[in-house]
Amino acid sequence: MAEKKMDFESAMARLEEIVKTLERGESSLEESLTLFEEGTGLIKACGKLLDEAEQKVVKLQKGPDGEPVESGFIAEE
Amino acid sequence: MDERVLSVSELNNYIKNVVDADPVLAEVYVRGELSNYKVYPSGHHYFSMKDETGALRCVMFRGSAVRLRFRPENGMKVIAFGRVAVYPRDGVYQLYVNALTPDGVGDLQMAFEQLKEKLYAEGLFDAAHKKPLPRYPMRIAVVTSSAGAAVHDIIRVLRKRWPAAKVLLLPVRVQGAEAPPEIAGAIRYANEHRLADVMIVGRGGGSMEDLWCFNDERVARAIYASEIPVISAVGHEPDVTIADFAADLRAATPSNGAELCVPDQAELREYLDSMEIRAGQALKKSIAARREKLAQLAGRRAMQSPANYIGDRRAQLDALTARLGAGERQSVMKAKERYAALAGKLDAMSPLKVLGRGYAIARKADGTVIRRAADVTKGDKLTVRLRNDELICTAD
Repeated sequence: MAEKKMDFESAMARLEEIVKTLERGESSLEESLTLFEEGTGLIKACGKLLDEAEQKVVKLQKGPDGEPVESGFIAEE
Repeated sequence: MDERVLSVSELNNYIKNVVDADPVLAEVYVRGELSNYKVYPSGHHYFSMKDETGALRCVMFRGSAVRLRFRPENGMKVIAFGRVAVYPRDGVYQLYVNALTPDGVGDLQMAFEQLKEKLYAEGLFDAAHKKPLPRYPMRIAVVTSSAGAAVHDIIRVLRKRWPAAKVLLLPVRVQGAEAPPEIAGAIRYANEHRLADVMIVGRGGGSMEDLWCFNDERVARAIYASEIPVISAVGHEPDVTIADFAADLRAATPSNGAELCVPDQAELREYLDSMEIRAGQALKKSIAARREKLAQLAGRRAMQSPANYIGDRRAQLDALTARLGAGERQSVMKAKERYAALAGKLDAMSPLKVLGRGYAIARKADGTVIRRAADVTKGDKLTVRLRNDELICTAD
């Protein structure tokens, strides 16, 4: 579920929901195991996103057609 | 002077020349209270200044009026700077005002309070209008100068805390007359193109004049209208601007704006770890609870001694079978009795049985049964059915 274009926000929301469900302890063992697997998968994916994140900084200016045009911005002091 | 008679205009012009030649009247500051303030469609302002005992007619031409940094109101205490001159047509003198400033507070301060009051009354600062910030923004627009320290501060903090986001810098001037329309324009542009999840608008510290573009009505309105949540990050901690009031969140400084904008990845990693631990514990607990339940079940008789359990069940089954068999036999017997009784009744009513007692059935050739003598005509052929055979007769 958590591939390249993961929505971090919904991944976190889902993860929180899973942990709460597990903590309520009302689901069957099979369901619990499935949820646990999904949860650890999400944790891994979120962690991976943080590990691999490399901040991109661009300068945006209005192009001749009004559409935004990106150019590199060197943010060194 | 000779007894020369002057015309009105000559006198007025004479006085005008006297006044114009006076160096004090050429550059004078006057303190007083504004009254009868009028703005003409021409853009010239006409008003009076007064104190307890006197009044002074004043005019401020359009060229000077556009440089006003606050809105003059009747009753306001002001200091006017200008020159006194005579208006020959009416024979009056008046103060030609070049500059007008509030007395006591600075004109910028006055303008700030006035705009704040106006926009507050319009609801631009309503808490209900403020939008929540996204928890994990992936695109962050930064509206500031590409040259100042602010942009570097912001990028440094964002890189450290939340490198997952893309930072889009919309370079604008943050000082001078061009700044407000550029800032407002960038905010609108970011919205038109849905460029970001959240926006930081600001600049580094400076004098009140330097920060003035963030006290501009156009900037405040653009922030208010923004669909993208706006964090204002102007100057240093004590600097409060109109933009701060209109923004969804006010940051004390540009660095603080970046901090408020994104989660901290270090904290987030800890949080993810804690979630993993919680999920693991919950699962363990749920397995433990099931194990306990299993043990409880195992404690029952069936699990303690299966043979006994099966023996019990078999006895139960036998008893049920016996009851079932008895019931079945009973119902079959009843049915048989009922059958015999019905068969006897049927047999008694059989026509063959009647014929066996010596009765006969006479029929005409077409098979109709003859019930009376009148049913028969002489010469008719009759069939008489006896018990085992038939007689063929002719009626006489």
